[in-house]
Amino acid sequence: MQATERLDLTFAALADPTRRAILARLATGEASVQELSEPFEMSQPAISKHLKVLERAGLISVDIDAQRRPRRLEVKRLEEAVVWIERYREIFEQNYQRLDALLEELQAKPAKRKKKKD
Amino acid sequence: MPTEVTQPSDREVRVVRTFKAPRQLVWDAHTKPELVSKWMLGPPGWTMPVCEMDVRAGGAYRWRWRSEEGGKEFGFFGKFIEVNEPSKIVHEENFDPGDMGGPMSSEPAIITTLYEEANEITTLTLTMLFASKEIRDAAVSTGMTDGLEIGYARLDEMFKQAA
Repeated sequence: MQATERLDLTFAALADPTRRAILARLATGEASVQELSEPFEMSQPAISKHLKVLERAGLISVDIDAQRRPRRLEVKRLEEAVVWIERYREIFEQNYQRLDALLEELQAKPAKRKKKKD
Repeated sequence: MPTEVTQPSDREVRVVRTFKAPRQLVWDAHTKPELVSKWMLGPPGWTMPVCEMDVRAGGAYRWRWRSEEGGKEFGFFGKFIEVNEPSKIVHEENFDPGDMGGPMSSEPAIITTLYEEANEITTLTLTMLFASKEIRDAAVSTGMTDGLEIGYARLDEMFKQAA
């Protein structure tokens, strides 16, 4: 699988708030489907559907040898996605910080002529 | 609030940012070429020789950046689809790779920008809808991203000097 395809699966998986909550839960330790379905007040089939998406994206793995088949977080894949989006975010943030400065400058100009607010 | 980037669907990227300024001013900074070229400028060694914008439905725009060192150029161009001052702009965006490499986009991305003001804070929501997820991934991971990245570092210095 190409890197971009993998990222695409990862981001699609992360787009859902329930799936992000599942990941947050798994960050505290592995859990079975039943253990995961309780706090989310969802049926096991519904949870299983989300888990399948997360598994396909490589964000979690299953220990098939253990009887309760616990899911665990694949930290490396999650970090990969976070780094990618952080880099993209920074580009916009840098740009907008320049815009912040410009907006401040534009607002300061008329204010100099008037009395200061506040 | 720092910039938030999300991917609402597999063809979209959404950027959300707030500004401590009235909506009209944020609108002006995005629609007046003389202001746009102050913060959307090139990085160290880059200039924005072309910043033309005819901001009305059906009006065209053209942005182009140039590396003074290598003489390389790339840009964006397209038309405004919807202009509703000061709250909403929809425009199409074609990537012109110039001599930077990468493919010319065959289908434009559709960019929707919303400006909302509350309590003297303006929230900007920029949603980019690409023709396919492949085009989105390509745009985000290569040309557009790198092009923007090199573009922004320089601006920072300019504003520092102006302040």
